[in-house]
Amino acid sequence: MSILLQAEKGARLLMMGNDAITRGALEAGISVAAGYPGTPSSEIIENLSKVSEERNIYVEWSVNEKVATEVAAAGSFAGLRSLAVMKQVGVNVAADFLLHLAQSGTRGGMVLVSCEDPGALSSTNEGESRYYAKMMEFPLLEPGDFQEAKDMTKWAFQLSEEIRNVVMVRSVTRLSHASGNVVVGELPTVEAEARFRYNGVFLDQMEGPIINLPGIVDPLHARQQERLRMASELMEESPFNTYTGPDAPELLLITSSACTLYSREAIHLLGVDDRVGLLKLGTTWPLPSRLLTKYLSITDRVLIVEEVLPFLEENIEALAARIAPEIGIKTFHGKHDGTLPTTNELNPDLLVDALSKILDVPYKSVSEDYAKRAQEIAVQGSPDRALTFCPGCPHRASFWNIHNALSIDNRDGFMCGDIGCYSLAAGASGFQTLKTLHAMGSGTGLASGFGKLEGFGMDQPIVSVCGDSTFFHAVMPALVNAIHNRANITLVVLDNRGTAMTGFQAHPGLKVNACGEEVPDIDIQGLCEAMGAKVRVVDPFDMEKTQETLLEMLEDDKGVKVVILRQICALSPEKKGKKMFEMSVNEEVCIGENCGCNRLCTRVLKCPGLVWDSEKKTAGIDEVICAGCGVCASICPSGAIEKREVA
Amino acid sequence: MENAQLKNDPYNLIITGVGGQGNVLASRMVGDMLSQLGFYVTIGETFGASQRGGSVMSHLRISATSTFSPQIPKGRAHMIVALEPTEAIRVLRDYGNPEVSVLCNTRPIQSIGVISGEQAYPALKDIREWVRELSLSSWFIDATEEALKLGNPIFGNIISVGALSATKALPLDRESFESVLSRKMSPDKIPVNLEAFDIGAGMVRE
Repeated sequence: MSILLQAEKGARLLMMGNDAITRGALEAGISVAAGYPGTPSSEIIENLSKVSEERNIYVEWSVNEKVATEVAAAGSFAGLRSLAVMKQVGVNVAADFLLHLAQSGTRGGMVLVSCEDPGALSSTNEGESRYYAKMMEFPLLEPGDFQEAKDMTKWAFQLSEEIRNVVMVRSVTRLSHASGNVVVGELPTVEAEARFRYNGVFLDQMEGPIINLPGIVDPLHARQQERLRMASELMEESPFNTYTGPDAPELLLITSSACTLYSREAIHLLGVDDRVGLLKLGTTWPLPSRLLTKYLSITDRVLIVEEVLPFLEENIEALAARIAPEIGIKTFHGKHDGTLPTTNELNPDLLVDALSKILDVPYKSVSEDYAKRAQEIAVQGSPDRALTFCPGCPHRASFWNIHNALSIDNRDGFMCGDIGCYSLAAGASGFQTLKTLHAMGSGTGLASGFGKLEGFGMDQPIVSVCGDSTFFHAVMPALVNAIHNRANITLVVLDNRGTAMTGFQAHPGLKVNACGEEVPDIDIQGLCEAMGAKVRVVDPFDMEKTQETLLEMLEDDKGVKVVILRQICALSPEKKGKKMFEMSVNEEVCIGENCGCNRLCTRVLKCPGLVWDSEKKTAGIDEVICAGCGVCASICPSGAIEKREVA
Repeated sequence: MENAQLKNDPYNLIITGVGGQGNVLASRMVGDMLSQLGFYVTIGETFGASQRGGSVMSHLRISATSTFSPQIPKGRAHMIVALEPTEAIRVLRDYGNPEVSVLCNTRPIQSIGVISGEQAYPALKDIREWVRELSLSSWFIDATEEALKLGNPIFGNIISVGALSATKALPLDRESFESVLSRKMSPDKIPVNLEAFDIGAGMVRE
């Protein structure tokens, strides 16, 4: 059974940040949890789905983040503790509902966990959601280590119930996907009973209907702001805001989140513990102004350490300006004076640089000779490793076919991209097929727009792409739009039977839900047909048929066409490690560079399962890597790559 | 923990490789073994996009006193375990120093730049020389070859964990490996993983 349940109170475990957040929610006794998968957030709902039966929690993968937040809010409105989980971009999707929710308030404790990705390690942007807390006026908590990830998640439910509003807990990749030691607490016995009470009057938080309506917005908004003031009072005394360092430091370093660990490390590496005070904030909106006043008073210089945008910096500077008569004029270092970058994540080295400059302390990690030699060696010794589709990935075949169909069609057609593993098709492993890439569902929305520009002389064929999970998440409205407005486009749905990029989470197209129960599946083909699109379903590994179908659809200039390329992901549990074919290269037939094929398999298809034998001058198969999909055999013009069906 | 001592505190270990080699599991196993002994362990890693054929790297910080940052400062690694040889070089560039040790699997995985001929994969002989030049001590093992004998190249990661234990760089032993294994894996998978661990340990002792 999961360690999330097994551990006795007081046990110290090595936990991933997302495990710690899960444990915090379990210790808070949640009854409802909903989310949409997205790195680095997915493990939380996955964890909860595994213990849902034992802990009597309703857990779902929702169709998107807005619906997930609504599902969680329904739990709260019915009096239950509930959790919504997403990555930072998902908060944008949820934002419309979230703004209304923050105004109406909640009943049972409700927490929104946003796992964010400064540095965009697994994202298409590094936008963040701290600003939502300020804009939408709800409390924001940011754990500074693994223990706090658990403890603050648990406390967030209590805070939510004290102020009757949603509370956001913000984690980052370096906490969510890192691991550290956590002392766990008790798992409570929960006796939850759901009932939605609505017979009281408007504005009766616990008994009335929960309504946002013109005419009552003013009292609702005033009440919301009063709640934030209550939160602010609680935050003044919070144990998650801590100070370590001298009584009158030369420099006060104010930070939060994973930056706390980097800051501590940098102070330690430079040996400046006696010169720098570290004020770690766990409650970053509303700011604990009395606490800040106290610590701003003990120094003249302040360094504010946070990732990407200067959220803390600007809010603390505004506070410092207000209280300047009391605390005097301070010098601030951070983003505005260029001490720290406003893009990308931070790390201990960036902080060492910042501190060594401010405090004039020299630091050298290794000798210049060593660093120079290591760099020289690395140029020859570590060839770049660009991201690529996995061996056996259906997307490689799909984009080979799409790219070829667009080339054969020869009218300068292009594809609008979307979010998933297939976003990699913007690069070499997908033959640079994607020409736009934005948010979930945006490929088809953009295609719908491009598809209406014929009147301005635009005659390029327009194709968009999406995965099966993305289709349900945000492509459906765009597709409706394209059909209704008679845009002439082709949508290619890469149906690999799961939310593959984030680890095969269930979606509405499958017969199974987050907890492994049987549920009705929504048929993508049937949906598209019902909307009025012309639909074809093909296996992308059938290269000839796929290209033929795509060409036929590109030539058809009447309305919206949908091509569903259906083939299970190579990493899916039912497929992983099972080869369809045993592949080999007949070295007598492969004539390499002399073939005239321009080494189609290794130079163009670039599947990692292939190798180029520079001595024999032929292609070869790396049997450790090859997944046995057989695609390379279909593209070899001289038939040198042979496939033998695995019994 | 009375008997277990760290050579440095924090001890900074990097396990690197290519997405799909079982890097994350290897770092988890080592982390659990040390955490079980009472050490504070922080593991920093990136996965998600990097799974797709990219370089992956786990940073392990091991301390008797406190939780360290999930990112090791540049030039501060004490031990680098590379499941793929060119990844050892890549990590040495950023985290190497004259005192570092390296344990390196010798089986190459060609990147798509190499497969397509845009870049050259270095000769193993050169890699060995470079690693020796940039480190204080090094071990080279053909973990993948041994893993294939066990029926699956993925065991290269556990073989490397076994080899790491035999270097004595950290207080890792077979007993704690077995204890973590029994909590993490179903009983049918335990014997083959123990075998992989022993093979790895044997390769370093030889």
